[in-house]
Amino acid sequence: LQESESENKLDGETASDSESKSEFGGSSPVPTSDDTPEVLNRALSNLSSRWKNWWVRGILTLAMITFFFIIIYLGPMVLMTIVMCVQIKCFHEIITIGYNVYHSYDLPWFRTLSWYFLLCVNYFFYGETVTDYFFTLVQREEPLRILSKYHRFISFALYLTGFCMFVLSLVKKHYRLQFYMFGWTHVTLLIVVTQSHLIIHNLFEGMIWFIVPISCVICNDIMAYMFGFFFGRTPLIKLSPKKTWEGFIGGFFSTVLFGLLLSYVMSGYRCFTCPVEFNNDTNSFTVDCEPSELFQLQEYNIPVVLQSVVGWKTVRMYPFQIHSIALSTFASLIGPFGGFFASGFKRAFKIKDFANTIPGHGGIMDRFDCQYLMATFVNVYIASFIRGPNPSKLIQQFLTLRPDQQLHIFNTLKAHLVDRGILASLEDA
Amino acid sequence: EVDLEERLHELDLRSDSDVPDVPPPTDSTPEILKKALSGLSARWKNWWIRGILSLAMISGFFLIIYLGSFMLMLLVLSIQVKCYHEIITIGYRVYHSYDLPWFRSLSWYFLLCVNYFFYGETVADYFATFVQRREQLQFLIRYHRFISFTLYLTGFCMFVLSLVKKHYRLQFYMFAWTHVTLLITVTQSHLVIQNLFEGMIWFLVPISSVICNDITAYIFGFFFGRTPLIKLSPKKTWEGFIGGFFSTVVFGFIFSYFLAQHQYFVCPVEYNSETNRFVTECEPSELFQMKKYSVPPLLQAVLGWETVNMYPFQMHSFALSTFASLIGPFGGFFASGFKRAFKIKDFADTIPGHGGIMDRFDCQYLMATFVHVYITSFIRGPNPSKLLKQLLILQPEQQLSVYKTLKSHLVEKGILQPSLRG
Repeated sequence: LQESESENKLDGETASDSESKSEFGGSSPVPTSDDTPEVLNRALSNLSSRWKNWWVRGILTLAMITFFFIIIYLGPMVLMTIVMCVQIKCFHEIITIGYNVYHSYDLPWFRTLSWYFLLCVNYFFYGETVTDYFFTLVQREEPLRILSKYHRFISFALYLTGFCMFVLSLVKKHYRLQFYMFGWTHVTLLIVVTQSHLIIHNLFEGMIWFIVPISCVICNDIMAYMFGFFFGRTPLIKLSPKKTWEGFIGGFFSTVLFGLLLSYVMSGYRCFTCPVEFNNDTNSFTVDCEPSELFQLQEYNIPVVLQSVVGWKTVRMYPFQIHSIALSTFASLIGPFGGFFASGFKRAFKIKDFANTIPGHGGIMDRFDCQYLMATFVNVYIASFIRGPNPSKLIQQFLTLRPDQQLHIFNTLKAHLVDRGILASLEDA
Repeated sequence: EVDLEERLHELDLRSDSDVPDVPPPTDSTPEILKKALSGLSARWKNWWIRGILSLAMISGFFLIIYLGSFMLMLLVLSIQVKCYHEIITIGYRVYHSYDLPWFRSLSWYFLLCVNYFFYGETVADYFATFVQRREQLQFLIRYHRFISFTLYLTGFCMFVLSLVKKHYRLQFYMFAWTHVTLLITVTQSHLVIQNLFEGMIWFLVPISSVICNDITAYIFGFFFGRTPLIKLSPKKTWEGFIGGFFSTVVFGFIFSYFLAQHQYFVCPVEYNSETNRFVTECEPSELFQMKKYSVPPLLQAVLGWETVNMYPFQMHSFALSTFASLIGPFGGFFASGFKRAFKIKDFADTIPGHGGIMDRFDCQYLMATFVHVYITSFIRGPNPSKLLKQLLILQPEQQLSVYKTLKSHLVEKGILQPSLRG
């Protein structure tokens, strides 16, 4: 970074937020270079540019949805890989924005360090996940067993190495820049990597816990846009002038309805409702089980108020559909705040889109900004209301205790079970 | 308002040397000290103030240890809040953001949320019996994560709603600043408290090792220092670094030896629901029972002994002191870099002669995490009472199947006799 160079940039931008310059910085890449494939360009060459944009968006939307269905069909392993790729791409997009904001491409070491930290945090999270779900596989293989036993220590040592490298790489005139990028990297890791791992946890709980939330957010996006397009009149928030109250409310009701219908269809299939398990014998993922109570049809009495409207006295529903109402509600009411957050972020740093990966839509982050909070909510919801702790994880922890501690816990558990009448008598079992 | 945005822009793009200094903190030395030392020259005066305050802090530390675990927890909490306050205030000064709408309230609100989450997760484990008796607390514990998440979300939504047209970037910076500060200060302080519950020795030995390393590295540097260590802190020297390392290891050995003899320091802190107090009484674990070690032939010649009686814990103290001397200073360099980046001399002026609380605790930063990771990896497994608590909230069928698995395991290992009476 030469001082004269930064002086020039200084003259170029003294714009406050209100002067909406779409470009930022003298040397940043123009964010809206046309990425549309040639095929589409030729096919749509006759239409006016507004309709062309609409068509490009429409086609790409359909392409993404189709792609989503294909990878669901391909199974959990592919889904995990896709989540991982999306995470890496989001991280890359946000870090690149940081580089553009701070003109810090030339900072020593920094790009390497960012990727290194991404690797460390992913190693930590994947290690924890793998240890939990692939317990028997890990116990069998010697090197894996050691890695898993000292997992936290190894992860911490890796992170520390990165931290020390950062301290050693501090260069005299660029301290502040380096600290900014360090902070930027960590906040990005916090947002992107933790969310993606929560998504994978949800996925292991059952594919339905992965598909329904993501679909609800997508549905809310599309429905709110359509309602806004046809009926939109009252602006919702100064931050995003295109959003309207009509779109918001219409999107809410459509999403709840969509959630109910989608859950109804999905709850009938084992491949969606069963937890994903790793079969040690076949060395592959299996989704086969006795469906839990949540996914068995039950009769519900319709509240008197709705009976006259709907005309039925009772209705057969899956209990999961009641939960889907909670998920859809969150997707419609709070999910948009993730979108507003991203809009504010884009305005703050004067960028139109996060990147130009998807023609007509912007970067991967643009598509996933509303999903941000959803994954955490689903994970917290499952942990609080659906299932308790993971029994096999508890057994695994139990096995590492000392014998006297094991005996104490065993006896307490036994007393508890006898107390509750679950264990019929002392001689039983 | 336009001015603010311009200045922000300029801050981003200039290199460090162009940035104006943050105004230095005011002198808060108490009047008494000032009068007593008015005769001396400025350099000696500074030395005396530092010395007296060091002694005062160390005495305060011993006093709190004497007062017990609960006071220590409160102390850790107060330090955490003060550190957080110091770092956030620096952020305000750097970005001139005192007038941002809502922002001060939001920062404190997030601090409250994160503390609520952590205290609920860690402390609730230790007070299991206390909690079981009270209905309302049971509800809070069972849905703890959900409640914490809801509280955090409320803060997040308030932040989004508080975004004001001309100040977006500033608000995002302060949001990120708050979160990074929370990550640094709050998580560390909770790890410190968890170490404390493991046994006061796990709290005292690491902290003392870091303090000892600070002091001895300074002394060795003062008398023998010649080769500079790192450009970032020109006062540090290799001689100080190495001398500090060896002194800290020796100090750790000796200090652990004395502490390991007393149950008060060695036993895990437990909460006695009958007397409603913390108790530290137990059968000392293997770590704290004297064992004979054979001295390696290399050292036999030097020391003249063939075997030595040591506590196993002293071997662990070796690892802790090594970390405190070798990696701990990186926390100090990080803080030095931070101060240079934002052109501040000290984090604050809370302690006369020493600066702010953060100045004293910057090296401790990494130590707490290391000790916690060390304990969970090498010393003990998971917390038995937490495990029990989780077992008790499983579904009955799950409990039964777990019970059967455990029973067969215990019988297999011979821990449980497979009698008919169970």
